[in-house]
Amino acid sequence: MKGASIMSEWLERHIPKLVLAPSFAAILLFVYGFIAWTGWVSLTRSRLLPKYDIVGFIQYDRLFQSPRWDTALNNLYVFGGLFIVISMALGLLLAILLDQKIRTEGVLRTIYLYPMAMSLIVTGTAWKWILNPGLGVEHIIRGWGFESFRFDWLVNPKFAIYTVVIAGVWQASGFVMALFLAGLRSVDEEIIKAAQVDGIPTARIYSAIIIPSMAPIFLSAFIVLMHLAIKSFDLVIALTGGGPGYATDLPATYMYALAFSRGDIGQAASSAMVMMAVVFAIVVPYLYSELRTRNE
Amino acid sequence: MFMKTAFVAVVAASILTTSAVFAGPTAEVLHYWTSGGEAKSVAVLQKEFAENGGTWIDMPVAGGGGDAAMTALRARVLSGNPPTAAQIKGPSIQEWYNEGVLADISSVANSESWDKLIPPAIAKQMKCEGTWCAVPVNVHRVDWIWANADILAKNNIKMPTTWDEFNAAADKLKAAGITPLAHGGQAWQDATVFETVVLGIGGPDFYRKALMELDPAALKSDTMIKVFDQMRKMRGYVDSNFSGRDWNLATAMVMNGEAAFQIMGDWAKGEFLAAGKVPGKDFLCGATPGGGFLYNVDSFAMFDVKGADKKAGQLLLAKLIMGKNFQKAFNLNKGSIPVRTDVSLDDFDMCAKLSSKDMAAATANGTLLPSYAHGMALRGAQAGAITDVVTAHFNSDMSSQEAVNELVKAVANSY
Repeated sequence: MKGASIMSEWLERHIPKLVLAPSFAAILLFVYGFIAWTGWVSLTRSRLLPKYDIVGFIQYDRLFQSPRWDTALNNLYVFGGLFIVISMALGLLLAILLDQKIRTEGVLRTIYLYPMAMSLIVTGTAWKWILNPGLGVEHIIRGWGFESFRFDWLVNPKFAIYTVVIAGVWQASGFVMALFLAGLRSVDEEIIKAAQVDGIPTARIYSAIIIPSMAPIFLSAFIVLMHLAIKSFDLVIALTGGGPGYATDLPATYMYALAFSRGDIGQAASSAMVMMAVVFAIVVPYLYSELRTRNE
Repeated sequence: MFMKTAFVAVVAASILTTSAVFAGPTAEVLHYWTSGGEAKSVAVLQKEFAENGGTWIDMPVAGGGGDAAMTALRARVLSGNPPTAAQIKGPSIQEWYNEGVLADISSVANSESWDKLIPPAIAKQMKCEGTWCAVPVNVHRVDWIWANADILAKNNIKMPTTWDEFNAAADKLKAAGITPLAHGGQAWQDATVFETVVLGIGGPDFYRKALMELDPAALKSDTMIKVFDQMRKMRGYVDSNFSGRDWNLATAMVMNGEAAFQIMGDWAKGEFLAAGKVPGKDFLCGATPGGGFLYNVDSFAMFDVKGADKKAGQLLLAKLIMGKNFQKAFNLNKGSIPVRTDVSLDDFDMCAKLSSKDMAAATANGTLLPSYAHGMALRGAQAGAITDVVTAHFNSDMSSQEAVNELVKAVANSY
């Protein structure tokens, strides 16, 4: 009897650890193990197959000499920045408008949320046709008689990256809206009513009370959008194929091209490591400050 | 009694299975010929292999223009279990050889005297340090210019033989409101046009120096500046909607009379023929302006496999691929020409005959050159570095001088 109770006590204490152990081990190997592997390979002269003789930072040197990588990294900043800011602004606006206790809220919410249910490949292909000057918007408006109308961003190397932003925002802003709507609803009704009784205008209620109390939602939205931006691959492949030229290359497509089309694994590994460094540089300070304020 | 019967059964079964292991030649073949005409071509080989008592294990990997197949191959080789043969071409064969994983098939090559049948320039690429390690399947010519016969006749234009003639014809067509050049804005298509211009303007020796030896002097020469000047002109001859267009859609533009010319390898012929167009009547084929012959040869590299059945399968496969029968049937389906020079071309069309004649001439005067744009001349990293500059120049307002500077820098940075 006594043995059994000790046993069950031991189990009770250790079961969480036992249950977590397999996934912990798997993550340790398949995430951190492979990060370490990629880091190692990025220091070698690997071409077609991985080699393990370390030669130093030559791959990083090559990487930062490559104008294509320059373009890819710049595109990441442009695309990432605009995608996150516009999606959040648009999502918040839509959420506030939907929050006005309107009748068809359920229907509208579903309509705005639906793009998220679609694969980025579908989004990219659809927008490719919509933005194609010979098939889509430009063609139609010219057909209406506005012969001088021009909307050729998709085929213009200087503006092509903005078409990726358009398609990305279209896909993600509904999801951000849903997040914010949940946040708006979770704010204490009593405070809002008290503010209304005091005669504070609605705009001020939102800017001074509701939105500041949604800080954790902003963090979640930011993290979700940022990782979407950095790992963006399928959207670019479907929408522009990285073109015109390599004008819409992102780090992820650059990495793919070097690893899988060109047999330059060392170079691809170094670009992957730089991508990871970018993520860390943004996420770690943000997480740190968030967690610290919460602990206080 | 029962035990005894069971024992006999087990012994019989084990004998049967062991004898099944040595049943005959076996080949596991990794390839990326999965679309219509290509799949039909592979089926010809499969049938012949089976008729000769072999067991064919098919390993088709579709997608990515062979990228997916290469990824699969890499995984198989790294795990120590390579396929018998894999569709690899050009300098990649040597790259795999350097990894120490290719087999020697010289025995069959010598007994079938391949050396006498294959043009030396191509044979050289199938050998690894003197031994045969790969078998060629076909010869695609890359430096073709295709034209809509009607448009040319109506505008009184002949097939251009120099780039000046081409420019004159294109200006004339543009003035008449016809798109002179059907082109798809994908990096490899830009590179395809680029290499024909390099060959046409610089000549075979310049091509060899610039795109095969990567001689910095050639890369930054005035000739290369002229090449980029011509590329800038070509950019003016394509329609405004070309970005990202697939090559077969560009071919369709020539077919439907929306554009006059297309510069593309002879796989484009397959599109014309599939649409019921007749060479010489509906569409014209000719070499791009300038001399020489740029080839793109598909081949199978043979991997170092274990087991007598697989080794036998490898040699049988190599013998059949180079066989007259397969060379003819396969190339009729694919639009290319046989790699061995003794196959009768009676059933082939006039473009294939022209290609074969030009190949013989180019072999004789040493101007049979590997295509850089299709991975025949350079390793992936170097070819990719050049393509990056070519496509960046073609799709922006970069000057020719800037392009040349970038070219030298990119090539130096690719090692």
